[in-house]
Amino acid sequence: MINIIVCVKQVPGSNNVKVDDKTGLLIRPKTGNKLNPYDLNALEVALSIKDQKEASVKVVTMGPPQAKEVLNECIWMGCDEGVLLSDRVFGGADVLATSYTISQGIKRFGSYDLILCGKQTTDGDTAQVGAEVAEHLGIPHLSNVMEIIEIDESNVTVKALQENLIITEKIQLPCLLCTDSDINTPRLPSYKRKKNMKEDLIKTLTFADYEDQNIYRYGLKGSPTQVQKVFPPERNHNSQVFNGNSNELAENLFSILSEKKFIREA
Amino acid sequence: MFNKVAQSDIKALESILPGRVFKGDEINEDYYHDELGTAYGIPEVLVKVLTTEEVSHIMQYANEHLIPVVVRGSGTGLVGGSVATNGGIMLDTTLMNKVLELDEKNMTVTVQPGILLMELAAYCNDHGYQYCPDPGEKSATIGGNISTNAGGMRAVKYGVTRDAVRALTVVRPTGEILHLGSKVVKNSSGYSLKDLIIGSEGTLAVVTEAILKIIPKPEYAISTLIPFNSMAEAISAVPKIIGAKVTPVAVEYMSQDVILFAEEYLGKKFPTHDSDAYLLLTFDGNTKEAVTHDMETIADLCLELGALDVYMIDTEERSTSVWSARSAFLEAIKGSTDLMDECDVVVPRSLVADFILYTHEVAEKVGLRIPSFGHAGDGNLHIYLCRDGKNDEEWNEKKEKAFDLMYKKSREMGGLVSGEHGIGLDKKEYLYEVLGKEQIEIMKGIKKVFDPNGILNPGKVV
Repeated sequence: MINIIVCVKQVPGSNNVKVDDKTGLLIRPKTGNKLNPYDLNALEVALSIKDQKEASVKVVTMGPPQAKEVLNECIWMGCDEGVLLSDRVFGGADVLATSYTISQGIKRFGSYDLILCGKQTTDGDTAQVGAEVAEHLGIPHLSNVMEIIEIDESNVTVKALQENLIITEKIQLPCLLCTDSDINTPRLPSYKRKKNMKEDLIKTLTFADYEDQNIYRYGLKGSPTQVQKVFPPERNHNSQVFNGNSNELAENLFSILSEKKFIREA
Repeated sequence: MFNKVAQSDIKALESILPGRVFKGDEINEDYYHDELGTAYGIPEVLVKVLTTEEVSHIMQYANEHLIPVVVRGSGTGLVGGSVATNGGIMLDTTLMNKVLELDEKNMTVTVQPGILLMELAAYCNDHGYQYCPDPGEKSATIGGNISTNAGGMRAVKYGVTRDAVRALTVVRPTGEILHLGSKVVKNSSGYSLKDLIIGSEGTLAVVTEAILKIIPKPEYAISTLIPFNSMAEAISAVPKIIGAKVTPVAVEYMSQDVILFAEEYLGKKFPTHDSDAYLLLTFDGNTKEAVTHDMETIADLCLELGALDVYMIDTEERSTSVWSARSAFLEAIKGSTDLMDECDVVVPRSLVADFILYTHEVAEKVGLRIPSFGHAGDGNLHIYLCRDGKNDEEWNEKKEKAFDLMYKKSREMGGLVSGEHGIGLDKKEYLYEVLGKEQIEIMKGIKKVFDPNGILNPGKVV
């Protein structure tokens, strides 16, 4: 039996959250909240392993009580149970406090073999929490995982994209992997599962359930990062216009694409 | 009966459209055919127009000199309607691509004919509105959509292009400019010439401006992908869905083989492909609760009717993963063979299942691969005949046999030749068979009234 934990987050419902130029505050979209789309890839990896091997998939999130919605959605996709880490003490956390809170929560679950995280979130975009959770737990971790080649109860072999190369690595379990966004097409939540769900499969852990009661490790108090200012990123609209007949245009396009190494001559 | 384009004609056209007249090698080969590529014709001269007045001058000139004219948008048609089979002038409207007015009090948007469907949709979306028709080919122009009365995926709830056009400015083949219809919602003022132009495939007049109805954009939408054990089970559920007093926006059907083609074509997996047949439904509305209620009503019904599950598509990325594949079906089937021909027959909704099953029979009988997908909710099917390497003789013989059988069956069922792609050049004989001599003669008479010299898109439709 392979015990898998997937870390997920509830994020704003639209991927194009705008920032007010003057106040620096996020303009919340009308569309409500959703499951971070990058986490869906991690979930799909976990559920595909479960399709093929004897495995259990537990999903965990840190957030306010309404974050339970995304855990339910994970169950409708095929996960076995969910854990919500929720407490006022956890609020206002930066990546360090967030990853510590998640790692301490995971420690309370008992044993695990594989922890999976998405590439990043659409609202924070730091892509740091996954790796930091692994560091807090003292287990190996790897990012940009493109493929799970093989997994058994002791090891996992994966292909991962590094800066200039693709590596194949065999890692001893337990470990943590962050999936690349192109790794798969996530399955859809099942209405049938939703309808047939008789019992609440979501458990909530609060600060009181935690072993480490040092309040300065959690939430705003445990966050060394101070946000000075929030502003929208500059948009770069550099463009090049070609004129000419279709042969010239094709020639231009071909030379640019080959120069940038997007294509090469056969 | 028509005149060839002479050097003096080119000069005259250049004086009307300086710098926007092209000939010979200056005309890209793309202008010789449409998306399907079975009809072929080289325009003698290509002109790119910018205003209604320019179109009027061109038509006057062409009419006086008996030069045929074919109007062209993006060239995404599938029946040869925009192909210059008689040579002559090709009148390209793609530079007339502006939004002229957004009238929020009357809920209309006024556009030029060359605006692309995707540009119009984005413009409306940015202003909080929706242009309701949603044909699959988003790079088609609105002028092209009007010419074939394009339908698309939202027809079940919101109707087709004809339902969304309030008024048109058109130029007759003789050069007169006519304003047909108006911004009014109701109209009982004589024959509706506007509606006659819509769907006339560029044979009666040139559309140079359109006033379109828009609605406030529904705040919330959810789709469901519903797997079934067989196509028969999936399609049989459709009349019951339509009868459930909950109106979905779209009801599409797709078979496993078409999904697999799309996966290969896009190099991307579909979220599920294990079942033989799927229905794809969309619901929209202004509150999440109302839309969820509609979705769950139909989901429960489908499960009762033997659906294997009901998958929920409730976010941007889930929607993209499914609808991007749906939008690529035509190209994907095209990519799966060397040549194909199509039939967009429309039958009463209650008989869709029977018709699709009949196409399977035809495929076996004739010995051709015939994949299909389409709008199960409105009875409009897209059926593709794949050549798969057969020689010309065998292909033509089998194709003709298959078309004959399918159009005959559709006629027996009370169906019509085309739901939304039009008649063009390719489907004329089948139109004649379905409508009969009398109706065709009336159509020819109408054509004669608009176009006494028959110079506008000759040889098409009637």
